[in-house]
Amino acid sequence: MRFWNETFVVWRRQMRMNLRNPAWVIIGLTQPILYLALFGPLLEPLAAQIGADNAYTFFVPGLLVQLGLFGALFAGFGLISEWRDGVIEAERVTPASRTALLLGRVLRDVVLLAVQGIVLIAIGFLFGLRGSIGGMLFGLLLVILLGAACSAGSNALALTVKSEDVMAPILNSISLPVLLLAGILLPISARSGAPDWLIIASDFIPVKYVVNAVREVFTGVFASSAVLWGSVWTVVLFAAGLYVGTRTFRKENA
Amino acid sequence: MSVITARQLARTFSTKRGRERSEVIAVAGVDLDVDEGEIVGFLGPNGAGKTTTLRMLTTLLKPTSGSAQVAGFDVATQASEVRRNIGYVSQSGSTSGDARAGEEVVDHGLLYGIPRAQAERRGRELFEQLELDGMWERAPKTLSGGQRRRLDIAMGLVHDPTLVFLDEPTTGLDPQARANLWMHISDLRQRLGSTVFLTTHYLDEADALCDRILVIDHGSIVASGTPEALKREVSGDLIELTVGSADDVAAARRVLSALGDTTIDQLVISVRTPTAGRELPGLIRALDAEGVVPEAVEVRRPTLDDVFLNLTGRSLREGA
Repeated sequence: MRFWNETFVVWRRQMRMNLRNPAWVIIGLTQPILYLALFGPLLEPLAAQIGADNAYTFFVPGLLVQLGLFGALFAGFGLISEWRDGVIEAERVTPASRTALLLGRVLRDVVLLAVQGIVLIAIGFLFGLRGSIGGMLFGLLLVILLGAACSAGSNALALTVKSEDVMAPILNSISLPVLLLAGILLPISARSGAPDWLIIASDFIPVKYVVNAVREVFTGVFASSAVLWGSVWTVVLFAAGLYVGTRTFRKENA
Repeated sequence: MSVITARQLARTFSTKRGRERSEVIAVAGVDLDVDEGEIVGFLGPNGAGKTTTLRMLTTLLKPTSGSAQVAGFDVATQASEVRRNIGYVSQSGSTSGDARAGEEVVDHGLLYGIPRAQAERRGRELFEQLELDGMWERAPKTLSGGQRRRLDIAMGLVHDPTLVFLDEPTTGLDPQARANLWMHISDLRQRLGSTVFLTTHYLDEADALCDRILVIDHGSIVASGTPEALKREVSGDLIELTVGSADDVAAARRVLSALGDTTIDQLVISVRTPTAGRELPGLIRALDAEGVVPEAVEVRRPTLDDVFLNLTGRSLREGA
């Protein structure tokens, strides 16, 4: 009870600050819409070749995963400026649970992501997205869990390096290969003309399975091995992210 | 009753440079006792181990060895109880620049587990006492340095701790804001009966505020006592005599030598004596008899800088 109270206090404070300065929320939302408007039309003629009936039902899930991944991965930057202002230390000197200090921040990212995801799907409909509503909600759930993992990891990394200059290159060197290899923009498969080595490399990127699962559920297919593996990987990443995050926040000298 | 007891409290940091691991001893083994209601100053130059000791006492850092009881609880095994009973005002601030001052204080109180109404009431009370009236809705980044430091103090006091730690409370403030903050710090005890433990590298601050001073250098406590007692250990007052010409230096020195060892810096001859006031008339008469007319005679009471110089062989300059 006490733990959830503390989590709520941290979460509410974070939400308040974000809503007061919503620039990042808006930027985070504008980017997928730009992709949708400026990149989507290129995919339409390719839809058949990459094995999709509807280019947007194929493309929106990728953008959703991208939103979950990158919005949350960069959330840690906010923590660095809080740390510089002494906020983190001030919170750590209270008897509040260290896990609550992390979880309140992760839940902020989860809420922002849920809102952005719903807006993205809604705008997708305007472009021609069609599919299973239940599947879209399930896909959104997977993305939110993935986002929570990224947010926890990002906050943990921020608390460890405590410098934007160190954090930015680390995140960029992770995010670009993941973006390309997970097939978020264009799928990596024999059908889309990818060479074997590229397909093998992409098999090592867990996010790829999440993207595939979200694509399947958007079309209304639930009972497939792709959905199963995507869900398993999402849960694994979620657990790993929270574990690393909690451990870092509980560390005595962080 | 003792509210802080530390025995052989030590902290070593290991740093890696390339393949080499090296150990840096930040605090070498500190013994200290602070009684209820005392205002104790922890004085030392930058890098002496002040902040590291403070972070151990406030549970932000685990000691490598040794033990400490703070507010009746062990810092290593009862961290949560220690945290509940102390207030900590760090030198790096405690509020987000973009937040609202009042909300920050209330949220901070909530993290201490006090009810919302109480946090709000106490917060507003503290704003009034710390001359922050009208700042409740303001963003901390719009406050002046002194106001923001007082806001940090309000943050540290919202849960009514009986023991307050202040880390370099006036660093970076202008003289007026410093004097104002000193007043508020001495108020803490008068109004709340709090025990105050503060670190500083300003001698005048330690002198003005503290009942007792602990001098730390290279990670160990090298002296402890009231400012007066510490100053007494430096053998007495300094008489500085300035003469008009180089010819008078030798004669003046002969006269001053009667009081003790003299030092000469061009036209200034100085000597230490326990009771300068009593010696002065005889000194002037003797100088007169020698035909020396002093340009200036100055008597300086020992300062904590002298104490520090005496203890460590180095000077602790203001702002260093």
